[in-house]
Order: sequence, then C-alpha cells, then structure tokens
Amino acid sequence: MTTYFTKDHEWIRIDGDLATVGITDYAQSQLGDVVYCELPEVGATLTKGGEAAVVESVKAASDVFSPVSGVVQEVNAALTDEPAKINEAPESDGWFFKIVLSDSGELAELFDEAAYKAFVEAL
Amino acid sequence: MAMNTQGRPTAPTTPETSAPETFTGNRALQIEEALLFEIGRNDVTGVDFDDPAPFTERLGKHARKSSIDLPGLSEPEAMRHYVRLSQKNYSIDSGLYPLGSCTMKHNPRINEKMARLPGLGDIHPLQPLSTVQGAVELMAELGRWLLEMTGMTSVALSPKAGAHGELCGMMAIKAAVRAKGENRNIVLVPESAHGTNPATAAAIGFKVVTVPARPDGTVDPEAVKALLSPEVAAIMLTNPNTCGLFERDVVEIAAAVHAAGAFFYCDGANFNAIVGKAKVGELGVDAMHINLHKTFSTPHGGGGPGAGPVVFSERLSAFAPLPFIRVEADGPVLVENESELQAGETPFGRMVAFHGQMGMFVRALSYMLSHGADGLQQASEDAVLNANYVRAGLRDLMSQPSGDRTCMHEVLFDDTFLDGTGVTTLDFAKAMIDEGYHPMTMYFPLVVHGAMLIEPTESESKASLDLFVATLRDLVMKAKSGDVERFHQAPLYAPRRRLDETRAARSPKLKWEKPEPWSEAAE
Amino acid sequence: MRFLPHSDTDRQAMLASIGVASVDDLFTDIPADLRVHGLDLPKAASEISVERTLGRLAARNMPASSVPFFVGAGAYKHHVPATVDHLIQRSEFLTSYTPYQPEITQGTLQVLFEFQTQVAHLTGMDVANASMYDGSTATAEAVLMAHRVTKRKKAILSGGLHPHYRAVVESLSDMAGDVVAALPADPTSTEDILATIDKDTSCVVVQSPSVYGHLIDLAPIAAKAHEVGALLVAVVTEIVSLGLVESPGAQGADIVVGEGQSIGNPLTFGGPYVGLFATRQKYVRQMPGRLCGETVDAEGRRGFVLTLSTREQHIRRDKATSNICTNSGLCALAFTIHMTLLGEAGLVRLARINHANAVRLADSLSELPGVSLLNDSFFNEFTLRLPGDAAAIVEGLAAKGVLAGVPVSRLEPGKPELANLLIVASTEVNTDEDRAALVAALREVL
Repeated sequence: MTTYFTKDHEWIRIDGDLATVGITDYAQSQLGDVVYCELPEVGATLTKGGEAAVVESVKAASDVFSPVSGVVQEVNAALTDEPAKINEAPESDGWFFKIVLSDSGELAELFDEAAYKAFVEAL
Repeated sequence: MAMNTQGRPTAPTTPETSAPETFTGNRALQIEEALLFEIGRNDVTGVDFDDPAPFTERLGKHARKSSIDLPGLSEPEAMRHYVRLSQKNYSIDSGLYPLGSCTMKHNPRINEKMARLPGLGDIHPLQPLSTVQGAVELMAELGRWLLEMTGMTSVALSPKAGAHGELCGMMAIKAAVRAKGENRNIVLVPESAHGTNPATAAAIGFKVVTVPARPDGTVDPEAVKALLSPEVAAIMLTNPNTCGLFERDVVEIAAAVHAAGAFFYCDGANFNAIVGKAKVGELGVDAMHINLHKTFSTPHGGGGPGAGPVVFSERLSAFAPLPFIRVEADGPVLVENESELQAGETPFGRMVAFHGQMGMFVRALSYMLSHGADGLQQASEDAVLNANYVRAGLRDLMSQPSGDRTCMHEVLFDDTFLDGTGVTTLDFAKAMIDEGYHPMTMYFPLVVHGAMLIEPTESESKASLDLFVATLRDLVMKAKSGDVERFHQAPLYAPRRRLDETRAARSPKLKWEKPEPWSEAAE
Repeated sequence: MRFLPHSDTDRQAMLASIGVASVDDLFTDIPADLRVHGLDLPKAASEISVERTLGRLAARNMPASSVPFFVGAGAYKHHVPATVDHLIQRSEFLTSYTPYQPEITQGTLQVLFEFQTQVAHLTGMDVANASMYDGSTATAEAVLMAHRVTKRKKAILSGGLHPHYRAVVESLSDMAGDVVAALPADPTSTEDILATIDKDTSCVVVQSPSVYGHLIDLAPIAAKAHEVGALLVAVVTEIVSLGLVESPGAQGADIVVGEGQSIGNPLTFGGPYVGLFATRQKYVRQMPGRLCGETVDAEGRRGFVLTLSTREQHIRRDKATSNICTNSGLCALAFTIHMTLLGEAGLVRLARINHANAVRLADSLSELPGVSLLNDSFFNEFTLRLPGDAAAIVEGLAAKGVLAGVPVSRLEPGKPELANLLIVASTEVNTDEDRAALVAALREVL
C-alpha cells in the first residue's frame, strides 16, 4: 500500500481502487485538541480539492479537502464519539473516510512521503 | 485541509500551585455555590399566591400529564444563591474592563430608573396607540438624535442587537437591488471584519468575497475596486475598523462602490469614537447599525439584551422595515402595517414582533439627554484620548502591528513583544486577571497574530489608566525576565483556574442531569 | 459632565504624554473637510432635568398596572417578585460582558446553565440554548435550522401563529430564497394542517396556545411531519401555560421556541424580551446561539464555559448556523430567578390562577348580548366575536380606563371577516373588580 500526501496536510493510503484518507500528524499538532469532526455521507461524490469533512478544535473549524475524486464508501464513525483519536493516531485509527477512486491519475500530483516531509520541514 | 490554527490551548495543564484546602471549598469571600438543581426542591416556592376559587378547567385534553421537574427556592435562599453567583463575576462597576470592540463604559443608573417608570416599563406593545403617545414620541426623539449624529435620512429602530441590525441593513440592500431589477449576489467583506458581517450576508443568500487588508489593517481602495463588478451588491465595512483605525480612504471606497451600483453598509460597532466628530452620512454610508449597548451605555447584562437601530441614507430609506415612525405635521405616528403605508414607503418586511427594544431606547435617550451635544463630543474625544494615552504608556514595551501611530478609541497590540518568552497572548491575558483586571479582547482581529485589543473607554480616570499601564508594564517585564511559570499558571486568584474547554466541547454537558444512584455510591 | 472623569488639567497632561498639542491631532485620520463641529442637539442636562423630560413622556402613557388590563397576544402582564429586579440590578450581573473569560464570569455562566436546564425541562426537550432575542426571531431561526437539518426549504406556518411571527419568518425566508406556505388566519382553530404537509416540507410551525388562545394537539402533527421527514417546530408565546398544559416535547416536537417575557420580564412596550430555543440532542450542532456547558478547571473543580462555539459567527463566519452574537442575557437571568422563586409548585399554581381568571372572564363576557366565545379550550387567553368593530370598541373602553384586549385587526388589518374579533387575556394580576369593570364597560359600549 502506498501513501500519498497533499500540501493541505491530508494523507491518502491506496489499496487497489480503494483509498483511505485522513489528516497528517503535522496537521493535528497545529490544530490542537480536536473536539469534533463532521464526516462526508457514504455514497457522496467528492471532487479532488473539494470540501470533504470539517475538523473542529475548541476555537476553530477547518475544512478537510479530498485529495482525489471519487465516491465515499465508508466513514470512520468512531470519530464522532472519540474525536481525540485524530490527535492520538492521526495516520492510523484517526482516519476519516474511504473513497473509491474515479481517476488514479490524480495521484501523480500528490507528494510521496519524503517530499511531504521536506515540505513540512520547510514551513 | 484549510489549516485554521486559531486553536490555542484549550485544556489546562495540571497546576503546580494551589492554596490549602478548606472543609467547605470556600476561600473566604469566594464561596462555592451549588447548582439550583442540587439545593432546590420541587415543592418549595418563594412566591405566595392565594388559591383560586373552584372552577371548571377548559384545557380540553391538553392538561399536563408529565411532571416538569423545576426545583424552587424560598426567597432568602434564592437571594443568597444569586448574590453568591453574582460575586463570581467581573463587572465594569468593579473595575476597568478594556475589551476592545465591546465598549465597556460606565452605565449611568438614571437610565435604569427611567426605564422602570411605569409609563415606560409597564406598557404593552399592543395596547391602543392612543394610550401610548408618549412612548411613540420617545421613539421619534431617539430617532431624531440618531439621525442628527449620523447625518442619515431615516432610521429603523426595531432590530434587537448589532448583528440583527446588520441583518436589517443587508435585507434593505437586497430589497433595493431587487427593486432595481438587478441580480447582484456578492458582498465584499474585509478580512478584519467582525464574524457577524460574513455570517449576516450568508444568512440571506449572499456570497461573501473577502477583501484583503493592508499591513496596517485598513482597506485598500484599489483592492476594493479590483473586486467590484455588476455582481456586487454591497461592501460591509467597519469604521473605525477593528484595528482601532479610521479608514482614511472611506470616501474614495464609497464613491467606487456607488459607481459600481453597489451599496455601502457600515458596521457601527465603533461609532462611539466619532460621535460629534464625523457624520457617516457624509462619508457615503448607505446603512449602519448602532449598538445602543456600546455607544450609548445600555448595560451589557452578561451578554445582552442589546439594541441595534439602523440608520439609512436616502437611497435605502424607502425599504426600512415595519414598524417605523413617520413624523407628521401634528406629531409622530407609529406605522405598524402595510395597510398604513403612503407613497414612497416600500418596507421589505418585519424584523421582530412588536417595536424593538423600548427598554434600551429609554436608557439610550437618557444617556444622550444627559450628555447633550457637547458631552457626546467630549465622550468621543476622551475615549480616543484614553486609548492613545494607553498606547503612549506601552509603546516602548509592547508591539503594535503597524508601528506606533495614532489610534481611535482602541489600541491594538500583537504578540511580537512576547517572542522568545514562552508566554502567549492567552497567558498574558490570564495574568491580568490575577492583577484584578478583565483581559482585553484577545486573538481578534484575526488578521493580527496574537492580537490584544484594548479599549479603555472615556469612563476611566487618568489615575485608573496610570495604574493599568503600570500593571501591564510590570507584566511585560516579568514575561521578558523569564518568570514564565506565573503566566502559565495564571489565574491563581480567580474563583476558578483555567477551565478545560476541550472537555466541555468533546462531550458536551449542556444541562444538569440527576446523578445516577450507582455513581453516587461509587464516589 | 458628571460621567467624564478628566479635568482639563488631566487632559493637557495626557496630551503631553502622548506627544500631541491638542485633541484634534488625534482625529487627523478623519479628512478635515468631513470633520463635524457641533451637533444640532441640546446641551448636557442635569439628572433632575433628564428625569423631568422623560417623566413627561412617561406620563402620557397608560401603564398596565393603572387600569383593568387584559391585553396579551404575545406579551403578558404578570407580577414579577421584587427580588428579581433587585438581583438583576446587581452590578456584577448588570454591567458584565458576555462570559468570554470564564475564570471571572462563573456567575453568569452558572446562571446560563441553570436557565438552559429550566427551559429544557419546561419544554420537555433535551437541550436549550442560552437564549435568543425574542420569540419571533427564535421562530425564524428555528425555520432556518429545520432547513439545515432536513436540507429542504419549505416551511408551513399554521394560521394560529402570531401574525408578527409569521411576518418575521416570511421576511427572512423571502431574502434567503426559502419557501413559506402560510395558512390563513385561523381564529376558530379549524384548519387542516395535516393535509398541507408533503415530502418537500422542511418544517411545520405551530403555536400552542395559538394567538387566538386555542390549545393545539401537537402529537398528530408531529407524527405526520415525521412520516415525511419534516420537523415540528412548536411555538409557545405564553410560557406560563406550560405549568398546566402538556409540554411540546412530550407531544413530539423537534424544536420548541418561545417567548420567555412572562417570567421575570416587564412589558416595556415590546422589548427587551427573551427568546427560548430548545431541541433534541441529535440536532444540537445545528442550533443557533450560545451554549453554556459544564467542565472542570485546572484543579478539578466544576466550572462552566461557553461551548460548541464552532457553530457561531465569530469562528465560522459565513458558514455559521446564525449571525446572532449578543442574546438576551439579563432577561434570561430575570427568567431564571423568577422561575427559581416559583419552582414547580409555584409555577403550577400561577398557571392555575391564570387559567381560573380567564375561565371566569370568558364565562362572564360570553353572556353579554351579541358576544360569543370562539374557543373550546384555552389557557389564559381567548378570542371573542363582538357585535361590532373590535378596534373601535377597544378605543371606547380605553377612554373609560379599561384596556380590554387586542383587536385582531391590529395584527391582521384589512380583513373584514376578522374585524369584530377581540383577543382577551387574563392573568394573576386581574382582580374580581377588574373583571367586573371590563364586563360593565363592555356592556355599556356595545
């Protein structure tokens, strides 16, 4: 499985046609304590770069964008009761949604892990 | 993701310092007070009534079957409960309250006394108009003062607060755009604006486009011109702006907006700086709300009620909502319904049931009459003088985002002066609490990093300001000398230490719940 | 000027510290040609003089407490215990700001938590917010919230909804591009609202007691609304009724909004009042307005904060659930204190007295020739059909020193079929003498 990253600090892990999306450890560290998140509806069609979810800290709400286009197949319902997972395990248990890719070509425009790491260090 | 990092720490760390415990948990005058639901009883009441003579109910099948569960307290218990709660509050009567943009000025008690006159406080909005002519005249008189101070043409008194006034103004603008047969759906809002501005525009279906600020927080007319188009319905501009600066190019901006066929809404939250100094009508404003609870001293009451009358230019006057006061030759008339309209009156509808915040009208007019034209102008001048005096006292130690320059009624600092100290704006604010001050507005406007917006108001004496400035100077020196821990721990002496806002938001507990019997046993 | 502390010497010293010669130098950002020099308004006045001026205006009005008084229709004359007005005038409540610094505003915050709990219990709902401006704006906000929840845009308004409330909803919906289907005025409570509910309906807005005083069976309306995925918004303008009448929550309402003026707040010609807003737990993140929540401080002690703020304008800006900022804090405080003094026992008794007085009055008035009562059921307010124009009759009674009620034409002008209708309210303030005076006066003018 390959993981890609966006300049907006989302990660996307590819498993065939299906991909899992979340926000990066860097993103959660910048947001502070996450208290709530609003997930897309299963079956929703997302476009690359479009608003997919909202993650809230006490004093801020941030939009999460979809790294790719596709149809939402599953969402991480556990986050509704335990938003702290986004802080504790952003790149594993804190995943947001799974999406069926409509155009795997879009992945070419994303960072790989090394490139994202360099991008964050330069911030 | 759109990384919004306004999320400063909202969960406190475990404190290192705490006072020795008492049996009651009280700390002398700081007395712990249980919730009403823990001390009240459903069969106790603090109000005596005579039982009604026997009668036959006419409730049909609608009589209540469920119990309500509303505990009561006897009168002495209720008095003590709420007095104790009151003692946990900071107030303008007890100290300087420098909340920028909020205008915490002295609230004269003559205002309260007047609002309670039976002829003003004990009249019904729907009793015959022939029996409330004094009230109608009072509303007309308030309107006259507001129009003279602003140089505008008409006024809608009914909006219930500032944001409600914004809504009223923007609804009038939408009505005017429609009346011209146009389809404009964009509203320009500077990034330094109050959150109510974009929220208001969006609430009635406008698309909000943000106008970038210049480095000093003011709006660049060229940036506005670049965004103007036949799609733009209005610009919403705060003047003086949220950085405490008068928008010097306001006339040029207004002209450009009008030339593009759009309207100029002014957020009047900071009107208190310019009463008697400039008339917004002459600046090209088409609509502006006036927060009677800011500029005209009606009490903030722990979060309202406010009152947000809106003044309109000639271009928008016809669209002012019902009800309104029409001044006729033989006196003012309260126009309540469409059936009473005359030619040229095309109200967009109605903002509220009844006529608006009459209780606040009385208080505001009482304040205006007390000050008079001369006193109102002096109040603006003193408010600006006091803000600049604070600026002068702190300019060598604290950092201003656009350098040291004359401000209006409030002075804005950023957190550059705290760089490298390990102290944040939040810590600094909480340390002020231990010194007996309410903190300034913090983290607003959003365009300035770690913003601290100080509005002393005209109510503060020189001696009060001298002590305030000396206190802040001392705190800055302490922060810079590495005494960081006191800031992280602060406040130590308030009724509560820092509160865990993360916990409150993650698992919201929004009302009292009866403890489960087993959990009582477990404790 | 008694409110301004500076002497001229102070001002000069301060200008010197700032480094400017005169106060005009602080206003140079205002273009010189736009600077105002003097307003055409009176000069400063002493406290005695202000009292005289406003006292003269007050004296031209007829206070509710000075006459037999039966005016209602959305605002009610109730007795407010002296304790309430004393407590709300305490400096620490009256002159405090919104509790943004919770360490030094626990008083306001705990009151809001008590208020939210009281309102939730009264309405039979899970959660209530920290107040809205008034009942009418709360109703408009409820409709917007229903649109967000259902992702539909059509609200159905009962003909028993207060016409001003209807107008407020219609004005906002018109601007927002939403649809409102308002049923005709329903003074006899005979409308068939169930037939109007369809799959495009976002919410049904029903007031009970209706503006004409009828008690409405909300349960079947809730059932029909839920069947098509719509919400029931219940409106209560006389909150005292909930002491005797079944709560909207128990009848299936999804949002309950109300006017809280009756508890703790004077009439004051229409405002400030206090809007109540309550809903189901599952919709809490779609609510407008401030919410106070319980938490702990750094030492583990219970405390309260404003919470779920990401719904609000100061954070969410154009994506906020509402543009509301200031609410009705002090009026909510008055409500909470009065409700605490009443307690359940006191509220129920107060409601019984209101109902008893209204029943007696309705019986007496409907015995008058040509007068008929339109209500089968009511709480403390009912509608009469008079043998002539109600507005003219009310004027005639006012001239005799009796404020008899609200002619329906005041709220629904230009509708001849409603011109003879009068809405009459009776509360605990009315005595047997008041009732006798109204009956006698009405007999005279008819």
